[in-house]
Amino acid sequence: MPDFSEIFSLQSILNYNGGCVVAMRGKNCVAIACDLRFGVQAQTISTDFERVFEVGPHLYIGLPGLATDTQTVFQRLQFRIKMYEMREGRRVKPRTLMAMVQNLLYERRFGPYFVEPVIAGLHPTTKEPYICALDLIGCECEPEDFVVSGTCSESLYGMCETTWREDMEPDDLFECISQSLVNAFDRDALSGWGAVVHVIEQDKVTTRYLKCRQD
Amino acid sequence: MATEVMEVGDYMRDPRKHHFSPYMDNGGTTVAIAGDDFVMVASDLRLSRGFNIFSREQSKIFGLTPKTMLASTGCWADVLTLNKVLQARLTMYSHEHHDVMSTTAVAQLLSTMLYWRRFFPYYVSNILVGLDEEGKGVVYHYDPVGHMEKLTYSAAGASVSQIQPLLDNQIDALNMKNVTPPKMTKELAHQLIHDAFISAAERDINTGDGVIIHTITKEGTSEEKIKLRRD
Repeated sequence: MPDFSEIFSLQSILNYNGGCVVAMRGKNCVAIACDLRFGVQAQTISTDFERVFEVGPHLYIGLPGLATDTQTVFQRLQFRIKMYEMREGRRVKPRTLMAMVQNLLYERRFGPYFVEPVIAGLHPTTKEPYICALDLIGCECEPEDFVVSGTCSESLYGMCETTWREDMEPDDLFECISQSLVNAFDRDALSGWGAVVHVIEQDKVTTRYLKCRQD
Repeated sequence: MATEVMEVGDYMRDPRKHHFSPYMDNGGTTVAIAGDDFVMVASDLRLSRGFNIFSREQSKIFGLTPKTMLASTGCWADVLTLNKVLQARLTMYSHEHHDVMSTTAVAQLLSTMLYWRRFFPYYVSNILVGLDEEGKGVVYHYDPVGHMEKLTYSAAGASVSQIQPLLDNQIDALNMKNVTPPKMTKELAHQLIHDAFISAAERDINTGDGVIIHTITKEGTSEEKIKLRRD
């Protein structure tokens, strides 16, 4: 007999507030997108909670998971980035940011922050697209195609696996990531209620807020 | 050491507990898509438990009548038992009425049979497909205790969360502006099922090895097997 008490109780602190992030690589561009719901289990509290943050030139980080840790990790990360930039006199590169996040998360190895970050950006000089996902203690994964994270990661895998193609132009990449995200979170009660998509190109970043079903 | 253990009386120890769980998850994924004059139903061919593969060629689709098929995943023991009892009920019906049961009647019978086990359910996700009285394709989706929904397409089983959003997007054209849902043809249904299973097998260890696709039309039924990744 399945344990129903477990199904209705808090299964994991990672799913307590809901939310998801996805990032994709295109041709000389990357895209990162997230939903806007902030909830407490099944109850929706607000629908303007952005969990993707700009942390450098052409560099974004998404922090889905426990909302309090989303904010704390972002604040502590911003502190470390500013310290780095003052000490080094240059902006942080995507892979450096990844190492910083790894450090930050692994410092709390036995009492972790409940966030599973996603990083997307372009290398400041080579303009090489970069995407990466980490688990809550900082183990990284740098695939060639896309990364997903959050409560509807399974649905996102299904959508991205079929819709993603190699060498997409920025417009196609936007369409692909938007359709993947919106259709995935429409089948998840813990995420949705609007979405933000950032398409990062060499000379510009386009941020779009998507209209989608509100339930 | 040995004497120390001996000194602890039997009454000091916890009683020996034997744990038994009547259910197990044997994986498997099914997809069904209905058209105006046909219905297509597919399942993967992997039977598994956890990290073990029991079979690489176990279809989860059962023919019930010439116009009706059932695709079941979940606990394989329950799948087999449910199917056995359902087949018996269909035989009894045909003997009594000198006719095969209609798809709509089978759909209602299955719901009733599942609800009869409300407090010790069959741990099975069912999709029933067939042609209705007008020859139109229909898909019925069930939860394990008999809640039934009539649909035009559905996925069930291990990879439902990977496949269902894709079908929502591609068949109902959800979240696409100025796009009308496509008219469902056998070619489109076949293509969608194929793509859906390839993606599911890529990311879900409980789905893989192969797909079997059955097509029911008024002319009869046909089947096709396609290979999937086996790792």
